[in-house]
Amino acid sequence: MSDDAGDGVDADAADDADSITDDQPASYTAWLDALEAGEGFFLESPTGEGSLPPRRVDPTTGATDLRRRPLPETGTIETYTVVHVAAPGFADDTPYVSAIADFGSVRLTGIVRGVDPDSVDDDLIGNSVTAGVDTRATTDDRVIVFSPVES
Amino acid sequence: MTTVRVAGVGLTPFGDHGDRAGRDLFAEAAAAAVDDAGVDRGAVDRLDYGNFMGSRAETQGHQGPLMAEAAGLDCPATRYESACASAGVAVKAAVEAIRAGTAEVVVAGGMERMTCLDTGAVTDALAIAADELYEVRAGMTFPSAYALMARAYFDRFGGDRRDLAHIAVKNHANAVPNEYAQYQREITVDDALDAPPVADPLHLYDACPITDGASAIVLVADDVVAANDLDAPVAITGVGQGGDRLALQDRDGIAETPAAIGAAEAAYADSGITAADIDVAEVHDCFTIAEAMALDSLGITDPGEGIFAASDGLTTPDGDCPVNLSGGLKAKGHPVGATGGSQIAELTRLLRGDHPNSEHVDDGTTGVAHNAGGTVASAVVHVWRWRNER
Repeated sequence: MSDDAGDGVDADAADDADSITDDQPASYTAWLDALEAGEGFFLESPTGEGSLPPRRVDPTTGATDLRRRPLPETGTIETYTVVHVAAPGFADDTPYVSAIADFGSVRLTGIVRGVDPDSVDDDLIGNSVTAGVDTRATTDDRVIVFSPVES
Repeated sequence: MTTVRVAGVGLTPFGDHGDRAGRDLFAEAAAAAVDDAGVDRGAVDRLDYGNFMGSRAETQGHQGPLMAEAAGLDCPATRYESACASAGVAVKAAVEAIRAGTAEVVVAGGMERMTCLDTGAVTDALAIAADELYEVRAGMTFPSAYALMARAYFDRFGGDRRDLAHIAVKNHANAVPNEYAQYQREITVDDALDAPPVADPLHLYDACPITDGASAIVLVADDVVAANDLDAPVAITGVGQGGDRLALQDRDGIAETPAAIGAAEAAYADSGITAADIDVAEVHDCFTIAEAMALDSLGITDPGEGIFAASDGLTTPDGDCPVNLSGGLKAKGHPVGATGGSQIAELTRLLRGDHPNSEHVDDGTTGVAHNAGGTVASAVVHVWRWRNER
C-alpha cells in the first residue's frame, strides 16, 4: 500500500530509517503499521511523558530512554471540525469530520468514521472513540481514523 | 545599545498581480521604502527577506540575493522562512543586527506570490506549515486546523460564529480607505454568517484571501538618523519571539497560543511596557478566531475575552485599542511571506499620521505587531514607540 501523501512525497521513504541502523527508533510507518494491526503504541519517557515516533529525544524532558507503551484502547474527542474544502489529496473525502482525540499521554489527529458529516448536530467533544487505520476515498493512502464507542 | 528607527516603508497593493514575477513585486516595495527613507541605496548593509512558498509558486529558491539584485541593493541578503511569520522573523533579525552594531541600515520585509497557483495547490502549499506526518496525512488543512482551534476555544471560553463575524465585519470596514487592501469593501454580520462553510465553524468570511504582494521597511540606527537628518519618528523598541510544538495535538492546550504569549512577554520586557500601554495593534488574523487568540496572548484582553472584543467595541476604530486598522490579513490580504513586514509598514504609517486611518490613533504613542507562523508554532511580536527613546 502506498502512503504517498498526495503531493509527490513518498511517505515510506520520508521517514522509514529502520533499515539504516539497528538503534533507530520506530519510524512513522512502523507506528502506523502497528496501529493498523490493533497494536497501537506511544513512546514514554522515564517520568511518564508521552510522544510519537519518529522520536529520539523526549521533547519535554530531553530523556533518550524511551519505551514503547500500548496506546489506550479508547480516547476522548477534544475538538473537531467538518471539513468542506480539502486539499487535493482528500478532495473526494469531503465532507469529513476531522478531530483531535486525547489518548492520555498523547493525542492523535484523525478522521471520524461512523458519523454523518452532514448532520453532526450533537457536540462530539467528550465522546469516546477508538483509533485505527483506513483508506482515503480520494487515494489509496492510509489515514488515521476514529470510530465512536457505543455507550 | 542604539535605538532602531523605521526610516521608510513600502508596500505593493495586495491582491492578484497576475503574471508579475515575485522579484518585480519586491523591487516595487523596496524602492518605495528606500525613497520614503531618504537613504542612499549604497548605504544599505544587508537585506533580511521573508518568503514561504516561493519554491513551489515560482520554483525559485535562493531568493535572498535575487531580491537584493531586483531592489538594486549591493549587500548580503538572506531569505527567512517561518511560515506566515517569515517576514516577522526577518525584521527581528534586522533589528538585532542593528542593535549588535553589525549593521546601521537594513532593508527588511518579504514577498509572496500565491494567485499563480490554483486553490488546491495553495491549500497544499499552506498545509506544509503543519506537521506532515501527523496532521497533513490525517486530512488537516490550514483552515481546518484553525477550525479545530476555534471549536476548542468555544468549548473552553464560550463565544460563537456571530462573535467571529463581528471581527470580519470590523476588519473589512477598516480596509475600505486603505489603498493597499485587497478587499476595500464592507460586509455585514449576516454576510459572514450566510457564507459557505470551509471547515465548520469557519466559513468563507472567517478566512483571509489568497494574495500576492510585497512589503519592505528601512531600519536605521539612531546615529544614522542624526547624521543624515532623516525624519524617522517611529522606533522599534521591543522584539520578542516564541515557539511551540508544531502539531496541535502535541501542545499543552489547543485554545491558547503560548508561542505568542512568550513573544509578547519578551517584547514588552524589551521595550519596558505592559499590555495596558498599547494604543493600537496589528495582529495576525489569518482567520477570525486567530484575532481573538492573538488579543488574549498579547494581554489586550483577558484569556477567553478576545472573541468578544470586536462585538464589545474594544478593538473597533473608536474603541480603546483599535486592532487591524489596516484591514488585517482578513481584508487587506495575506501574502504569507510579506505579512510581517506589511504589519510593520502599516503601524508605522498609522503612528506617523500618513495612514487613512491615522485619525483613530491620534493620541497613541505605542503600537504592537503580532505575526504568527502556521497554527502559532512560531510567533514574533514587535513594539513601536512614537518619538520615545528606548
